Amino acid sequence: MIHVASAVAYRVIKKSLTNISFLLPALMFPVIFFVGFAGALSGVDRIPGFDYEPGYETFQFAFVLVQSAAMAGVFTGFGIAQDFERGFARRLMIAAPRRSGILVGYAIATMIRWVLNTAVVLAIGLLIGMEILGNGLDLFALLLLGLTVNLIGTLWAAGVALRLRSTQAGPIMQFPIFLVIFLAPVFVPIDLLTGWIHAVATVNPFTAFIEGARSLLAGSTEEVGVAFGIAVPLAALFGLWALTGLRSAERG
Amino acid sequence: MSAIVAERLVREFKAVRAVDGIDLEVADGEIYGFLGPNGAGKSTTVHMLTTLMPPTGGRAVVGGFDVVKDGPKVRELIGAALQEAALDPFLTGRDHVRLQASLHGLSRAERASRGGELLERVGLADAADRKIRTYSGGMKRRLDLALALLHRPSILFLDEPTTGLDPQSRNALWVEVARLAREDGVTVFLTTQYLEEADVLADRVGIIDFGRIVAEGTPTELKTEIGRPTVQVAPADPDERDTIIKTLDRFGSPVEAEPGRLAVRLDVGYDLADVVRALDAEGLKVLHLELHEPSLDDVFLAKTGHRLEGQAEAQPEPVGA
Amino acid sequence: MSATAQIAFLGRRAFLRSIRQPGQMAFALVFPLFFLFVVSSGLDPVSSVPGFPADSYVDFMFAIPFVHGALFTALNSAIELGRDIDTGFLNRLALTPARGIAIMLGNLAGGVALVLIQYCIYFAGGLLMGAHFEAGLLGVPVLFVLAALGAVAIGAAGMTVALRSGSPEAVQGIFPLFFVGLFLSSMNMPRNLIENSWFQWIATVNPVSYLIEGLRSLIVAGWDIQTLAIGYGVALGAIALALSVSARAFRARMTRT
Repeated sequence: MIHVASAVAYRVIKKSLTNISFLLPALMFPVIFFVGFAGALSGVDRIPGFDYEPGYETFQFAFVLVQSAAMAGVFTGFGIAQDFERGFARRLMIAAPRRSGILVGYAIATMIRWVLNTAVVLAIGLLIGMEILGNGLDLFALLLLGLTVNLIGTLWAAGVALRLRSTQAGPIMQFPIFLVIFLAPVFVPIDLLTGWIHAVATVNPFTAFIEGARSLLAGSTEEVGVAFGIAVPLAALFGLWALTGLRSAERG
Repeated sequence: MSAIVAERLVREFKAVRAVDGIDLEVADGEIYGFLGPNGAGKSTTVHMLTTLMPPTGGRAVVGGFDVVKDGPKVRELIGAALQEAALDPFLTGRDHVRLQASLHGLSRAERASRGGELLERVGLADAADRKIRTYSGGMKRRLDLALALLHRPSILFLDEPTTGLDPQSRNALWVEVARLAREDGVTVFLTTQYLEEADVLADRVGIIDFGRIVAEGTPTELKTEIGRPTVQVAPADPDERDTIIKTLDRFGSPVEAEPGRLAVRLDVGYDLADVVRALDAEGLKVLHLELHEPSLDDVFLAKTGHRLEGQAEAQPEPVGA
Repeated sequence: MSATAQIAFLGRRAFLRSIRQPGQMAFALVFPLFFLFVVSSGLDPVSSVPGFPADSYVDFMFAIPFVHGALFTALNSAIELGRDIDTGFLNRLALTPARGIAIMLGNLAGGVALVLIQYCIYFAGGLLMGAHFEAGLLGVPVLFVLAALGAVAIGAAGMTVALRSGSPEAVQGIFPLFFVGLFLSSMNMPRNLIENSWFQWIATVNPVSYLIEGLRSLIVAGWDIQTLAIGYGVALGAIALALSVSARAFRARMTRT
């Protein structure tokens, strides 16, 4: 399984890094969201009740980190669907003695891609004066949280792609993720949200991920346990979803 | 031991029975040609035999392993080049070699030597570092074949390997496939809709139509089975037509001929020389005389009621086929 | 056949081709409204910032679906042109008596017809989300026309890429650039309330800000002639520039004798 996973991961990474049409969109969106939101909405932290010590750039960085982690998985889902549409998946399915290795390969490649993209966003953040109050351990925990969310996104999108095997399934992969991401406290802390969006954000798992990331960036461990407590079982659940998707693809 | 065995193999897609109870056996080292028009069930059969799709009925054993129960073991033994070359347009030929070799767990050294050797053999050594989107159709097919052979499979599946290729590329591929079977002992399961391809390459041919095998045997056996050769004559003088018919009737039974000509299927014991001698003895003059040996197309016609040639636009196989 | 009739005919073809791709249509309809919905909900507390020009954030964001719609539909039209070149359809057109201008404008006309229908849906959707429209009934066509001009400008720019590259993927590739233009504008905040000086500068030099502000003025202020005129001026200027560049690209590709 290891050689299958590494072969698939190598191919995805090579393709992503050597073709600007794949590299750019995956990198552009987190950068645009970060610069656009952190730049334009910088005055938002003056709203009464907005209490986040590191500042609005860091506040938005946490969001973009979680958002890009999940969306990187969706991009991988597109790639899987395209592989099926173009027949390339057949090559993988015939050659791979253990087909679950294909899934692992896609997941590893997505993680690597996300880490690289996040490094770029982080560099831009530091360039525009973003403050990070967390220590090395906090940042390591942040990385683990991001990787877990990334895995959730990949497994979700892979499950859809493996079942439908068409790029027409793109919106089905993308839309639910987009929905849960933006129905979280993206722009202001959850306490400043009112009405239905507050109610939805309270039960939205992505709220926990974003708040966990914001805590770690602020040097606090508050919310972090909840974030991992939700993320890990969700990853396991979507792992099952992706594996049953793989079985569905095998049935043809 | 047989390399491939299928017993009452069935694949249904909702209301469509794409493969309808196929039985076949392919011996080790044999080239088996699976001949049929588009939509006959060829690719669906290949997908089941290569573990890409489970059968909905019957069973198949490839290399001694059941395709459903022992998929991973089957995949270790086989190589496949399917209808669409299934290459990533954004990767180079060498990237594909690396990917395929890694998928099969080949070592770095083996990958380099075997990959280099195969790229050389299929004439792609110079183009190996170009992206696939710059390759011609023939180059893609050749790369696909090289990739299928990378891990030295003992059984090779080729699904319509020459469709869309120019005659030169097609001949080169035929030579390589024949060499693989004769020199390396690879069993080849080849689907085709080209009669000539099956005739030239295959040791045995299975004819499939509407999901069923309607005939099987060596090309010679099949041609012999449907009958004797026919002799076609064009009378020089229209007034001698009736006399020629009577003369020909002595050697066999009349069959349909081209306009202005007369034809007879020869009975056992007669050949072209007998007909020539008889016509000469009667002093009959002919403009044209030809012996027509049965072709696989005649076999196809005899077995299915329609010709294979011109069937290319028949209904496509169902999804996944 | 006159050039106008050719434009109408080719426009109809472009329109039908787009509406027969339900996945693409659904995205262009749903995403802008969804974005309006979630962003205006999440950012509603921002409307309490002193000096904020609208009563609610949904009013402030109501202009954005029109820009999103223009972007998606215009680029899809350009992608289809790239596909026409890729598949050889443009060559087939070149062998007919169709005039070059008709081929170019027909493609754009199809996109504009489609986007105008979408605008009706965005407008109804925005009102349902509680947005107000200060310019009244007369302002609606003014809003739609300005947004449609934006679509023409984006479409003409996309066509240039399609004509130069002959590839739908290349047009797809410029989508992020337009998205950057949108995000680095006054989309989320009025320019005078942006605190980051570097961002305020980018938003000020970004022509997309003026298109958005023109559209927004009809929604939150009613008839602010100056802002509206600047919006129209920017859109028309962008069209003139994009069309002249795409016409050159068109001539280069269509070297008919």
